Amino acid sequence: MALLQISEPGQSPDPHQRRIAVGIDLGTTHSLVAAVRHGAAECLPDAQGRAILPSVVRYAGEGRRQIGHDALAAQGHDAENTIASAKRLMGRTLADLGNAASLPYRLVDRPGMVGIETREGLKSPVEVSAEILASLRQRAEDTFDDELFGAVITVPAYFDDAQRQATKDAAKLAGLNVLRLINEPTAAAIAYGLDNASEGLYAIYDLGGGTFDISLLRLTRGVFEVVATGGDSALGGDDYDERLAQALLQRERAQPLSALSATDKRAWLQAARRAKEALSIHEDVELDVALTGQSLPLRASAAEFHAATADLTQRTLTLMRKVLRDAQVAPADVNGVVLVGGSTRMPQVRAAVAGFFGREPLTNLNPDEVVALGAAIQAHALAGHAQDSELLLLDVIPLSLGLETMGGLVERIIERNTTIPAAQAQEFTTFKDGQTAMALHVVQGERELVSDCRSLARFELRGIPPMVAGAARVRVTFQVDADGLLNVSAREVSSGVEAAILVKPSYGLSDEQITTMLQESFATAETDMPLRALREAKVDAERMVLATRAALQADADLLEPGEREGIERLVTQTEQAAAGDERDAIEAATRALAEGTEHFAAERMNRGIRRALAGRSVEEV
Amino acid sequence: MNLSSSDFELFGVAMRFEQDPAVLSERWKALQATAHPDRFASGGAAEQRVAMQWSVRVNEAYQRLKDPLKRAAYLCTLHGVAIDAESNTAMPAEFLVQQMQWREALDEAADEPAVDALAQQVAGAQRDMIDSLRTLIDQRQDWPAAAAQVRALMFVRRFADDVARRIETLQD
Repeated sequence: MALLQISEPGQSPDPHQRRIAVGIDLGTTHSLVAAVRHGAAECLPDAQGRAILPSVVRYAGEGRRQIGHDALAAQGHDAENTIASAKRLMGRTLADLGNAASLPYRLVDRPGMVGIETREGLKSPVEVSAEILASLRQRAEDTFDDELFGAVITVPAYFDDAQRQATKDAAKLAGLNVLRLINEPTAAAIAYGLDNASEGLYAIYDLGGGTFDISLLRLTRGVFEVVATGGDSALGGDDYDERLAQALLQRERAQPLSALSATDKRAWLQAARRAKEALSIHEDVELDVALTGQSLPLRASAAEFHAATADLTQRTLTLMRKVLRDAQVAPADVNGVVLVGGSTRMPQVRAAVAGFFGREPLTNLNPDEVVALGAAIQAHALAGHAQDSELLLLDVIPLSLGLETMGGLVERIIERNTTIPAAQAQEFTTFKDGQTAMALHVVQGERELVSDCRSLARFELRGIPPMVAGAARVRVTFQVDADGLLNVSAREVSSGVEAAILVKPSYGLSDEQITTMLQESFATAETDMPLRALREAKVDAERMVLATRAALQADADLLEPGEREGIERLVTQTEQAAAGDERDAIEAATRALAEGTEHFAAERMNRGIRRALAGRSVEEV
Repeated sequence: MNLSSSDFELFGVAMRFEQDPAVLSERWKALQATAHPDRFASGGAAEQRVAMQWSVRVNEAYQRLKDPLKRAAYLCTLHGVAIDAESNTAMPAEFLVQQMQWREALDEAADEPAVDALAQQVAGAQRDMIDSLRTLIDQRQDWPAAAAQVRALMFVRRFADDVARRIETLQD
């Protein structure tokens, strides 16, 4: 156990100095962790000096795990128990996965999310991702020799609610305090924007291992406004590998990939991947496919590769056009194009993007690292390090959110590309006389039929007083927070009957499931759950005390006589509780402090809002 | 200033139809720079809750102010004339005839240029209707007439969405 640090009397270190916040790019094929050190964002390498951690987890038996490079090396001979690209399975059911047959794992259909059968039992994609996150957390804590204050984790802009929630669950499982989920292209823009002091409209073309994301951002003096986003959460470099493998296999053996054993399938995919990388530099390549019992020599040409994948590249351009249409801009209005993701190294992709916009894309930052670097900069700012107004991120929701209405139609409540956080309410009514309950079905997507959209949650509003059809007024409120996660509540206006749901249980993991997972033999989780909970309670209390002290210092003049003393008493009580080891008492004191400062927080915000517009008086009428 | 101030008060702009999009955008960013939950990520629970409420409110106001249709509808409501698009569907006959002609044109349009031409026509009609809203609201303060125009524009906008969707299917 690391020794606890004690500062000299009267010289307690500035609490902000100790807040170590990292950015994590949890990628389909590889993941990275970065942090701002000495004023600049940099990726943190492992003990061998490698920044990239392959997003691969091997369940090696007897509770042993291999994560990253070691797991990747074992993939060839233990494909079934070596899980790669778990990101593609996050928040997905078997029905969502069109290509399940081509994956070398034994996938098990489960409500909400697929499971993966391994020699150590059924694993959720969330658990696999948590192993990767925990490994990166460990790396960061080793680097700084301290605990992390929190992390910003990136997700594809096109991730829906289920996929975002799954990512947040994985972080929780890995013991990370999630400061914010941000979109990958946005993170890339932050990394570029702050480096290049750019202004104007930027398109971020992000083709990763498993996802394609396109975002359009407007940059103005430190404000990153996402104008529109689009993409495909199941299109990436893996698809290029698979296409090439299919084409080569068809040529050599006249067989489909799905007819092969898991190990052979993996061998072909790995060979295709090596060929792809070589063909990004050379016109043709010779290599061997390491099949069971034999090695098959193979040739592949760039022309063959391009022909097999042309429609994939074309599809990215179609999606790009759609985003520009959403934003009502033409390719020529775009001031710069940023390429992100290892897959943008393919020359045919670069050429296609350059042709589309009529300009050469920006590539001066490493496309593998740029997302993690941007996330680190945002994490640094969220931890309270950045100066005010230095960086502000105004992001949008990628897909429309709505409710099912009569006839299986979708009534959209919040449109895609709405800036978050956002809330929107709409009234609905009953269909039958005397109807006392209403089934609410929350969906996500752009199509008009419920059956074409993704189902997020179902809940019921009960206890509506019997009335004639159409007389009840049920007000449904959708609220999307700054992470892009949805909360829905319903209220019958005349009677006040209410129901609410954090849109999660029907597909994500319940809190109980997470607790169970944490308690099970999770490789990197703490064994001592109560100790961990106590520590979290102390950190929360400390944070609340610091925040309140800072608020009092800045704005105590807003308080009525006597109010300040009341708040200071609550601060003292919280501090005293935090000095002890009773978790319940600490949590109760923290809660009391939060409640006791609510009014003060509201007054402070009013002052802040007035100041924001000070000097910008109402224009003459 | 509080959470129930009008959008115009919140943004510190005159309560009228004519607005400068650049000013709205600049004030939106200034307000979010103060209210956004990211500003309180390391703060306490009370601060975060208040920030969330204000940030949502600022975004709501901006969505309404920047869109001429929503802004016009909001102004009508503030002046006591409800839009009631669901219950009030009466439209002038010539308007309905035009709608039917457009629907037919969309059904018959076989390729992208044909749908594009229709899209241009509809966009032109929308511009004219927004011009007339400007006159009805800022010069005449004729709220009932403005509300009727808002309802008509909602019809046209819905049709424009259908046209856009059609273009999308043709391009995909």
